[in-house]
Amino acid sequence: MRLDTILRVCAKLFIPFIFVFGLYVQLHGDYGPGGGFQAGVIIAAGVFLYAIIYGLSAAQRAVPKGLVEFMVPMGVLIFAGTGIYSFVVDTNYLDYNNLAHGDAVEGQHWGIFLVEIGVLVTVASTMIAIFYAFAGRGRQ
Amino acid sequence: MSAEPLLLQDHLPALQVVVPLLGSVVVALLRQGPAAWVVTLVCAWSMPLIAFALLDQVMTNGTISYALGGWPREVSIEYRIDQANAFLLVLVSIMAALVTTYMPRSIADEIAPERQGWYYCMYLLCLCGLLGMAITGDAFNIFVFMEVSSLSMYGLIAMGRDRRAMVSAYQYLVLGTLGATFYVIGVGLLFTMTGTLNLYDMAGKLEAVENTRPLIAALAFIGVGIGLKLALFPLHLWLPNAYAFAPSAATAFIASTATKVAVYILLRIVFSVYGVNIAFGDTPAAAALLALAIMAMIAPSVVAIYQANVKRMLAYSSVAQIGYIMLGIALVSQTGLTGGISHLFNHALIKASLFLAVGCMVYSTGITRIEQMAGIGRTMPATMGAFVLAGLGLIGVPGTAGFVSKWFLITGAVEQGLWWLAAVIVFSSVLAMIYVGRVVEVAWFREPSGAAVSPRKPPLEMVVVTWVLALAVVYFGFDTDISAGVAGDAASLLLAGYR
Repeated sequence: MRLDTILRVCAKLFIPFIFVFGLYVQLHGDYGPGGGFQAGVIIAAGVFLYAIIYGLSAAQRAVPKGLVEFMVPMGVLIFAGTGIYSFVVDTNYLDYNNLAHGDAVEGQHWGIFLVEIGVLVTVASTMIAIFYAFAGRGRQ
Repeated sequence: MSAEPLLLQDHLPALQVVVPLLGSVVVALLRQGPAAWVVTLVCAWSMPLIAFALLDQVMTNGTISYALGGWPREVSIEYRIDQANAFLLVLVSIMAALVTTYMPRSIADEIAPERQGWYYCMYLLCLCGLLGMAITGDAFNIFVFMEVSSLSMYGLIAMGRDRRAMVSAYQYLVLGTLGATFYVIGVGLLFTMTGTLNLYDMAGKLEAVENTRPLIAALAFIGVGIGLKLALFPLHLWLPNAYAFAPSAATAFIASTATKVAVYILLRIVFSVYGVNIAFGDTPAAAALLALAIMAMIAPSVVAIYQANVKRMLAYSSVAQIGYIMLGIALVSQTGLTGGISHLFNHALIKASLFLAVGCMVYSTGITRIEQMAGIGRTMPATMGAFVLAGLGLIGVPGTAGFVSKWFLITGAVEQGLWWLAAVIVFSSVLAMIYVGRVVEVAWFREPSGAAVSPRKPPLEMVVVTWVLALAVVYFGFDTDISAGVAGDAASLLLAGYR
């Protein structure tokens, strides 16, 4: 598909908007429908589109395999680390009330925000890792 | 901010699950075999420390309740630890610590270097899932941890060096998913009837809806679902291949922990949540369990006699031993249940040391078939000595841990006037004598031949861990305070139920 001008131009136009939409779903997850999981899938879909139109090797130059394999555990670390930080501020695991040192509402807000970033990172990178694994089959 | 040690003291229930989770993340980031093992070792040995501290707290202060996220238990997940699951936490974490100590060179031998990091990552995730299932007091959270442990277990099994490992992992994946689905359907029904997922609250609200059909259906769904997970005969089909083709160290760990945790879940739901009256009074569950337990004690034992692969033989024997544990449950009495729970503990020790001995043999010679084991007792006396000792425990020879639990089971059967059942237990033990005896005969009474003539020396840590467990089998045959005493406490606690 690398030679099809219409597809290439349209994809190039779409991909930034897909990413921005993904971030919108991520950041508005606490007010409306959405959250880390959905946003992760949308952002991964942006990468898939790039890989389908421009080829797997181009996609792997933009989002290297090593980075993807690093991000999968990193997201879990962000999530679990937020829980561990709750110990430091003297509350139970994943209790966000004291995260902002007193203001419970602010604390919950921060807690959800951080945890959802962890979900975003892991979901997006896992989707990309699965895609790379399938798309790369038979190449080696 | 308060002092650091005090701070962590209150969070031990969360740490029990979070430490292996964090460990697996660190391992996934490191991904180098040796470094990964060191992280795994640190995490695995911190587990028994936490578990013993929890057991100590439970013994002195009674049940611990830990609200995850600080929310009240009606709206969130509660970790609830009493004597029954504190005991299980100790068992699982000690097994994990010992197997981790045993593992590095066996794994380096059986798994390609680039995969070793992932192996340790999944091993820690599996540990996290099993401990989570044991510690949580929330029906849906059990399902989540069940999936965590099962998914990582499929990965562990698929890493075996035989190509059939992949197929057996896939078989387990299909059946395991089916089991988890059945469990979650049952939990869904319970949730609709009681409006809560917290096991303790559920028990309180169950009386109001007693004798309703969804409740019985939920029990059936959960029974079948967990039955698949704990390989209750005839739902055991995934187990023999999975145990036979997984890496040796993984087999030892899975065989000594995974089915035991599933048994605990069944005990918890049947006894603590439903209570003896609803689960066994309103349904023929006891009779059905008894029939299945008897079949499980006989049929797989007979199959085990005809196995050519020693790991597969031990796997079939595991299915038979689960029959004993189920028998203890089906008797629904203090003595019977004590026997069942103590067999859960004893069988974990016995089977782990048998599988670890086989792991030493595989490391040294690559042999897995029984007929190739001719004379291996003479060339590898240390390893096969431990095998014999643990084998005696499996048969239930007096002076070994296996005898203690079988004694309780026989007493429990006789108490209810079921003399024929005592005869069945003895008959099944005779079958165990045949399949263990067959290996012993080949290993010790024949001239060494083939690969068995000149085995390479197994690493010291592998032999030592195998012997530690084999000696524990003997030790708990004499010191029954832990194996039978704590099991008795757990049994009376479970029989009393949450209400």
